[in-house]
Amino acid sequence: MFEHAFADPRTLILGALTGLIFGFLLQKGGVASSDTIMRQMTLRDFTVAKMMLTAIVVGAIGVWIMKETGMIKGLHLKPALLAANAIGGAIFGVGMAVAGYCPGTSFAALGQKSWDAIPATAGMIVGAVIFAQAYPWLAERVLPIADLGKKTLPDVTGVPWWVYVLVLSIGLGVMARALARKPGATPAL
Amino acid sequence: MNPLTMRRWSPYAAGAALGVLSWATFYFMDKALGVSTSVCHMAAAVIGAGSESAVKENAYFSKLLVKDGVWKPFVDWQFALVTMMAVGAFLAAWWGKGFDETRGMPRTWTGSFGPSRSLRWVGAFVGGIILIFGSRLADGCTSGHAISGGLQLALSSWVFMVAMFATGVTTGLALYSRKGA
Repeated sequence: MFEHAFADPRTLILGALTGLIFGFLLQKGGVASSDTIMRQMTLRDFTVAKMMLTAIVVGAIGVWIMKETGMIKGLHLKPALLAANAIGGAIFGVGMAVAGYCPGTSFAALGQKSWDAIPATAGMIVGAVIFAQAYPWLAERVLPIADLGKKTLPDVTGVPWWVYVLVLSIGLGVMARALARKPGATPAL
Repeated sequence: MNPLTMRRWSPYAAGAALGVLSWATFYFMDKALGVSTSVCHMAAAVIGAGSESAVKENAYFSKLLVKDGVWKPFVDWQFALVTMMAVGAFLAAWWGKGFDETRGMPRTWTGSFGPSRSLRWVGAFVGGIILIFGSRLADGCTSGHAISGGLQLALSSWVFMVAMFATGVTTGLALYSRKGA
């Protein structure tokens, strides 16, 4: 595996550039700190929810318009294996609350000298080895449950994409208004 | 004020920029942001340093890294992205004088579990194991599912997100004292 370790330089440079910006934004947004994630999970600080929902709304507007106008090749959907998505998400939430990290923020945290990201990252690598051992059993018993394939919400409901984006935008606005009155509100920019 | 030297941005500004970054990955690279697959590549590299055949014989690692009997590069687009995230965060913290003053001892944690650094490291390690197991079962994490999948309105990702916040908040409220901080 090590003799063909690297993808082509163009791919790597684009990936590196994207990662540079991604890590930069996570740090500036404050989510590279495990305290920010723990405070979200105790509902004292909604930085994570604000940042995530804004990214989803802004991202969705651009990506769906580009999809509808044929500017991009298509979406990159993960298959709806609903049991695995739900159980995996539930397990993930527990780990995220305990560690104060998710995979992306732990790498960003290393860059801002949050040294608890070292054991978090090491744990993630160990967890990946454990998962790889459990995979054959899971693939047989869990992954096939409620397997609906690569589906979007518009696919399964028949409601067009822009309705979802509109509802999410309104939701973001309502959340921003409600949380602006709370103490410990976010810095202005 | 210069955004580079600001210690912190509004989460709305940082989130909007992240959304625009997603446009760029779709338009220029035909990719969606993701992180946790690369953790598996790292795990496979650790195993592979001992024995390459152990990686090839494992059903999951070979699904990720072998195609038609030939190795795929384990340092790929996403792997480059993930390693450079630390550098991007370093630059952000450096310009904004925003390095973590606690060096990884979050106040929410110490408020409940005290100042022991070893206990915090055990917690972070165990949490890391749990969360990656969950993300691989669900086939994505906060980046690949919540942000990238969320903006694509993927059914899988919205199910993931609801489950993640439900147990995340339950665990957070159970573990951490709400007093102080």
